[in-house]
Amino acid sequence: MSNITSEQIDLYNRYIRRKRWILFVTFILMIFFALFAMSVGSIRLSFLDILKTLAGQGDQLSNTTIWQIRLPRVLAAILVGAALSSAGAVMQCVLRNPLASASTLGVSQGAAFGAALGIVVFGGGVVNSANATSAITINNPYIVTLCAFVFGSVSTLIVIIISRFKRNIGPAGLVLVGVALSSLFGGGSTLLQYFTDDTKLGAIVFWTFGNLGSANYKELIVMFIALSLTIVYFMLNRWNYNAMESGADTAKSLGVNTRSIMLVSMTFCSLLSAIAVSFVGIISFVGLVAPHIMRRLVGNDYRYLLPSSALAGSLLLILADTFGRSIVAPVILPIGALTAFLGAPMFLFLLFKGGENNYSGK
Amino acid sequence: MSTNVLEDVSFTIEPGQCLAVLGNNGVGKSTLLKCINRICSIQAGSIYIDGKDAYKMKNKILAQNVAYVSQKSENSNMTVFDTILLGRKPYIDWDITAEDRQIVSDLIDQMGLNEYTLRDVSTLSGGEAQIVMLARALAQQPKVLLLDEPTSNLDLRNQHEVLKIIRNLAETNEICVALVIHDLNLAIQYCDRFLLLKDANVYSNGGIETITSESIGSVYGIEVEIIEHKNKKLIISNNY
Ligand SMILES: Nc1ncnc2c1ncn2[C@@H]1O[C@H](COP(=O)(O)OP(=O)(O)OP(=O)(O)O)[C@@H](O)[C@H]1O
Ligand SMILES: [Mg+2]
Repeated sequence: MSNITSEQIDLYNRYIRRKRWILFVTFILMIFFALFAMSVGSIRLSFLDILKTLAGQGDQLSNTTIWQIRLPRVLAAILVGAALSSAGAVMQCVLRNPLASASTLGVSQGAAFGAALGIVVFGGGVVNSANATSAITINNPYIVTLCAFVFGSVSTLIVIIISRFKRNIGPAGLVLVGVALSSLFGGGSTLLQYFTDDTKLGAIVFWTFGNLGSANYKELIVMFIALSLTIVYFMLNRWNYNAMESGADTAKSLGVNTRSIMLVSMTFCSLLSAIAVSFVGIISFVGLVAPHIMRRLVGNDYRYLLPSSALAGSLLLILADTFGRSIVAPVILPIGALTAFLGAPMFLFLLFKGGENNYSGK
Repeated sequence: MSTNVLEDVSFTIEPGQCLAVLGNNGVGKSTLLKCINRICSIQAGSIYIDGKDAYKMKNKILAQNVAYVSQKSENSNMTVFDTILLGRKPYIDWDITAEDRQIVSDLIDQMGLNEYTLRDVSTLSGGEAQIVMLARALAQQPKVLLLDEPTSNLDLRNQHEVLKIIRNLAETNEICVALVIHDLNLAIQYCDRFLLLKDANVYSNGGIETITSESIGSVYGIEVEIIEHKNKKLIISNNY
């Protein structure tokens, strides 16, 4: 009897070790491609050059290339990817909706509209900097981020209210709500473009495509702090999310306050999306694709799904950005367009798999 | 317009007792169970568990005391082990301990789920999944066990197996069990108290003596006959 028992535990421990292993491999891949991303470009640098430069031993040229251009870009990819995909994983859980993510629910578009409004109305004045990789800088990033958060939250709130009062709306129905919100805010952004001057126009257009090159260190630090706090909150609730996977009634019977977890989690998710959008623009589908890939690999256990989704999101953005920078160099393809190419097929696949899939929101 | 699902319902369950909640579809049996552990909330009245007001307990404490298995099957996408492990959720401070894992693995043994340890619950049959849900509730080591139609998906053998496990557990661990069940013969075989609900009220509440052809006939609105077979009551419908 006790023999069989320890066998069960062994089996389970091995299963958990496999998940840890996947987590570790994803991490290593992420680091590897981060270094790789820093090595490609008009100035080719070897891994050794990069490591030397990062350790403060680089020459003048590689110092400028790495510290001023490539490192912030890679860090932006890591932070934004992690933010969008951990937010996606949590949204999918608390809304019981496999199609949920910041961009499919209209949260990103709301945030982009807010950011545009912040620039136009509150004059977060725009300067054209001489640096080729970052054509647009925002004088007052905080007001822009705040506006992005407010309007991203408007989308979030509408999504939450509709999913509360129209319970039978289903995953696809909620995405239609997202489509409506996206058009609404997209329309709003277009209108703003008509009433603004050229420099600000450039800034608004920029938000419709994502661009990782625009992040500076100050923004990266803000992003890092927000992301760390949110990830800590998410990880503290990992068992609550696991319980919520079994449905609201069961979660409640296990002592989970489903409503407050849902509300607080969604607020954190819109905060992350708003910061991401206000710094680098709309990057769609990462929040959908990365968590679903990791659901396949580590299952729906949020202890491992959350960190691995975050890593996978970072990895995905690094890959997409490196691809976008190198495929038709020196032209840089907008990363938002690339992730959309990757994400849309995935999204359609999930949509068609619909009811009988192994991760349906019902 | 609003009507009350349940109006005047009052009953107690002693430790070690197994209460069957009976009544026709839609009378409010599931609602009654859900009110006990605050999945639904009551508009008036109170519920005491071990002398303490259930509506004033912390979520976590309540979940350590009361476990619940829903009537509707869940489509969770976790392994059997992870699902049962969730029953330890009310006890987890930071992470699971070796003791939690041991409890889960013992339950897997007890419920005969050995072959399914790492199978996704969504790939199990309805009955297998129902047993997993019950195991999760038992992992909570509750004082009160609320089971909504725990045998609805089970085959004849498993109906008896599962009810025997519940019965034994109630007696050995002094647990209060309340279960909704539609098979009256199973109910009178394994339960010792019977709460009959009719039109949002309690029709009768008591031991096996309250199960008569009149009470069953009146609650379910059909004619039944109760015969003795090997010293056991047996309910048969006379309608056909
Ligand atoms: N979420 C809800 N919204 C509206 N009405 C509800 C809801 N849940 C239950 N009801 C109603 O409350 C009444 C009692 O439902 P309940 O599920 O408790 O019945 P039950 O006795 O468990 O029935 P069954 O034997 O079919 O399981 C029913 O009339 C049902 O329609
Ligand atoms: Mg019911």
